[in-house]
Amino acid sequence: MNKTALRSKTCFMLLPLLAAVTLAGCAVGPTKEDPYEPFNRAMFSVHETVDDAVIKPVAQGYVAVIPEPIRTGVSNFFGNIDDLFSGINSLLQGNGNRAGDAFGRVLLNSSFGVGGIFDLASMMGITKDRNDFGITFGKWGFPQGPYLFIPALGPTTVRDGSGWVVRGFASPIGFLNDVPLRNSLWGLGYVDARQQALAAESVVETAAIDKYRFIRNAYLRSRRYQLYDGHPPPEEDEDNAPAPGAAAPAPATQPPASTAAPPPIK
Amino acid sequence: MSRNIARLLFVPIVAFAASLAHAQEAPDALVKRIAEETLAAIRADKEIQAGNPAKVKALIEVKLVPHFDTARMTALAMGRNWRAASPEQQKELTEQFKTLLIRTYSNALTNYRDNTMAYSPLRTNPGDTEVVVRTSVSRPGQAPIPLDYSMEKTPEGWKCYDVVVSGVSLVTNYRDEFNDIVKSSGVDGLIKTLTDKNRAPQVK
Repeated sequence: MNKTALRSKTCFMLLPLLAAVTLAGCAVGPTKEDPYEPFNRAMFSVHETVDDAVIKPVAQGYVAVIPEPIRTGVSNFFGNIDDLFSGINSLLQGNGNRAGDAFGRVLLNSSFGVGGIFDLASMMGITKDRNDFGITFGKWGFPQGPYLFIPALGPTTVRDGSGWVVRGFASPIGFLNDVPLRNSLWGLGYVDARQQALAAESVVETAAIDKYRFIRNAYLRSRRYQLYDGHPPPEEDEDNAPAPGAAAPAPATQPPASTAAPPPIK
Repeated sequence: MSRNIARLLFVPIVAFAASLAHAQEAPDALVKRIAEETLAAIRADKEIQAGNPAKVKALIEVKLVPHFDTARMTALAMGRNWRAASPEQQKELTEQFKTLLIRTYSNALTNYRDNTMAYSPLRTNPGDTEVVVRTSVSRPGQAPIPLDYSMEKTPEGWKCYDVVVSGVSLVTNYRDEFNDIVKSSGVDGLIKTLTDKNRAPQVK
């Protein structure tokens, strides 16, 4: 879902809607990483409403109407731009190998892959990678900042959102002079990103007890995993439960339930 | 006559060898076999592809559930609250959590059936009792999604006790949810929440 941000400026159209929303009080207290939880929850419900009414039906319609090979071509076209930025960010992070692979993919797919419509590089075994400005900022030591849920764009943090802004201004699509073409591409990119998220969304819907919290925790963990290149240090966690049956005595002192925050993620 | 004797001897030996091979199946080989068999079953069945919940559920019950340690998964997802639950509550929690996992898995399988899996070779020592089997799911036009299985050695072969998608541990993600619910409405509240969730109509 975070990808959507890179391709869209739809959020600005929603600002009047946001103003209409009153901040709903919330049973669950904010955590260290999500200090604006009540506000974010309100934004999340705005998002759900708009998404259910407009964005999701459009994405589903797109899947129903456009044949799969064309959809794949569209995904590949925008994926090629993603690869370009993955390469730039790997370079900014000083990772020559990853940058080389990403730029190699862009060169191959842009030329022989007809402007990125065919992902020849994957067929040749150069695997697609993901990297972005949010990760670069993280590696440079910028703090993550509070978690934010932005309607029509999805979960982010101040750090990742700053990355979206940089990417938005740097995207080659933004440099097109033909305004109708440029806007059509932004729109198509947005729909493509949303339809890619349909499957994952359905799984989350089934899995989550509290969808807001599930998405937040999954988002933050997955970003942390990416930041540490797939080897994040263990979370601070007092909950190393024993296997069932192993009778370990309960610790004598436990933090008072009302003030104990969920395990912090570093 | 001698052929019959040979057969009498041969059949049990082959059967024994097969069972031995099965019991000692390496965790990565097990993950690959189960995943491929399950995907093949889905691709061969139109009703499952159409999302027939009963059929998908049956497939998972037969193919996948025996390879998961649902009791341990529940204990891990409960964290320190596991010890606060009575044996009956633990049993009920395990049952409800298992149902939720099956529903989630059914949904994931139907949604991702056209994707290809890649399996990374596993380096282990013979004495290891816990390993992580790394795989990834590839979709056209997208970066592969890493999908790791935490496995433990049990007398009945290797079993999975956690699934980690893009660095998000299923068990840990549920732990946050379970913790908050137990805090606000106790273990029974959590059992009720899970039961209600499982009764709700299946999302397609």
